[in-house]
Amino acid sequence: MKGWIAFWNILKKDIRNYYLKPPNISWGIIFPLSWTLMQLIRSPDGSIQDLLPGLISMSVLFGTTSMLAVTITFERSGRSFERLLLAPIGLSTMVLAKIAGTILFGMFNAFVPVILAAFLVDLHAVNWGALLLAVLLIAVTSALMGLLVAVSAEQVFEAQTLSNFFRFPMLFLCGLFIPLARLPVFLRPVSYCLPLTYGTDVLRGLITGSSTLSPALCYGMLLLSAIALFTISRHMIRRNWIL
Amino acid sequence: MNMISVSRLTKTYGDLTAVDDISFQVEKGEIYGFLGPNGAGKTSTINMMIGLSRPSAGEIEVAGIDVRRRTKKAQAGMGIVPDESNLYNEMDGFDNLCFCASLYGMRREEREAKARRLLTLFRLDDAGRRPFKAYSRGMRRRLTIAAALIHSPQVLFLDEPTTGIDVESSRQIRDLIVELKQQGTTIFLTTHYIEEAERICDRIAFIAGGRIVAAGSLPELMDSVSRQHAIRFITAGNSTVHAAELESRFAGSEVRAQADRTIVMTSRQRIPLFPVMEFLHNRGVEVLEARELRPSLEDVFVRLTGIDTSVPAKPGQKEADQ
Repeated sequence: MKGWIAFWNILKKDIRNYYLKPPNISWGIIFPLSWTLMQLIRSPDGSIQDLLPGLISMSVLFGTTSMLAVTITFERSGRSFERLLLAPIGLSTMVLAKIAGTILFGMFNAFVPVILAAFLVDLHAVNWGALLLAVLLIAVTSALMGLLVAVSAEQVFEAQTLSNFFRFPMLFLCGLFIPLARLPVFLRPVSYCLPLTYGTDVLRGLITGSSTLSPALCYGMLLLSAIALFTISRHMIRRNWIL
Repeated sequence: MNMISVSRLTKTYGDLTAVDDISFQVEKGEIYGFLGPNGAGKTSTINMMIGLSRPSAGEIEVAGIDVRRRTKKAQAGMGIVPDESNLYNEMDGFDNLCFCASLYGMRREEREAKARRLLTLFRLDDAGRRPFKAYSRGMRRRLTIAAALIHSPQVLFLDEPTTGIDVESSRQIRDLIVELKQQGTTIFLTTHYIEEAERICDRIAFIAGGRIVAAGSLPELMDSVSRQHAIRFITAGNSTVHAAELESRFAGSEVRAQADRTIVMTSRQRIPLFPVMEFLHNRGVEVLEARELRPSLEDVFVRLTGIDTSVPAKPGQKEADQ
């Protein structure tokens, strides 16, 4: 019960202090909108339905990784993060509480293009439960990648630089712009190590019905990635922040 | 009963030994001062004691709990005030306190009631709804201490609690520390203000170069550098003529009478005040003031550490301590 009180209050504090601030709300809306419009202007004949999986993935990826890496680095530089490290709550509870706000923010970002698309195309065939689960798992893995960035960065600008260092290559390697089959052979193993590859593929299957991998494999790999990233993050926090 | 027990504690960073094999105990309800210049190893020690840093060697127990092995359990009984006020700038004073209480699993009604009580105790009632970033340095410090007390800890760790704040706020914080001690809280205090330690600490340890160079109560530390007792008398008239007689009357003493109507008596034994006063009175010398001369804690510190406290610390030296 005590752990739950701490978890809930850390989440509430983060939502109030960071995610509900006007600049972040506007970022959460403007960023996915801009991506959607950019794609539509670039290829006016392209179907919104074809674009949607990529737009959702990018919105979640950018929303979660940026926010968590920046908020944690910001709290660490002001030393308020020490309060969490010194509180009598388990490290896992603390990590889960910190990523929970980001996951919600990422999911909010994801549904901006979905809501927009709902006005333009018929999405009644989409399995919304499965889509929500896929978005949740993409948000969890992306948030944990943001946490890994936060563990490695000392300053906010470092966190931003580091985030971009892995986010952009990931976008090009996950099959979003270039199908995996057309990637050079030596890069394909890298693609299959990226959680976003499975996230994008499962979303594509749910929205357009044209996935290349089995949905069970995609969900399984996303879950496995989430567990692996969580374990690595915990280990890194212990090693880097409790000196 | 020992509330803090530190045994053979060592911390190394590569080739640098920040804390070098230190041991000490702090009893329940005691204010233990940890005194040393910047870079002496104070913050490194406190960080290990609160579980924010891993010792390279040694044992730490707080309230009977092994901090190394049961860190979270030990932290539940600790109140921690870091050397910088580290509450959330975006939140107001009241919400900051409530948030800190929630980290200790306190329920809403309980944490709100406690937050209100602490705001009153720390004279921050009027500022309770102001954002933390709008607080003055003294107010920020007071709220940070209030946050450390939100869960009524058994042991309070204060890292440089009065550094960089105004005289009035410093005084209020010192009074509060003494009040907490009277209520039974054990306090571990690091400071580089010697006069602060002298005023409020029951026992003091001097740390320099990562090692404890001396530890004990104030009188014990004083005695460790000066075995002599001294009394200074200020008289109404010239008393130089009685100096030799006074010295022979009180065997073992040494008397220096000065033209400014001052007599200083020193002796290895305690000097009985009344017989000396009577002696002078019988010879028509009116004593205006009699005061025991003792070395200051600063004298003791300088003598034991060899560090001249009159030389200001170099900018950035504080960072090196961390």
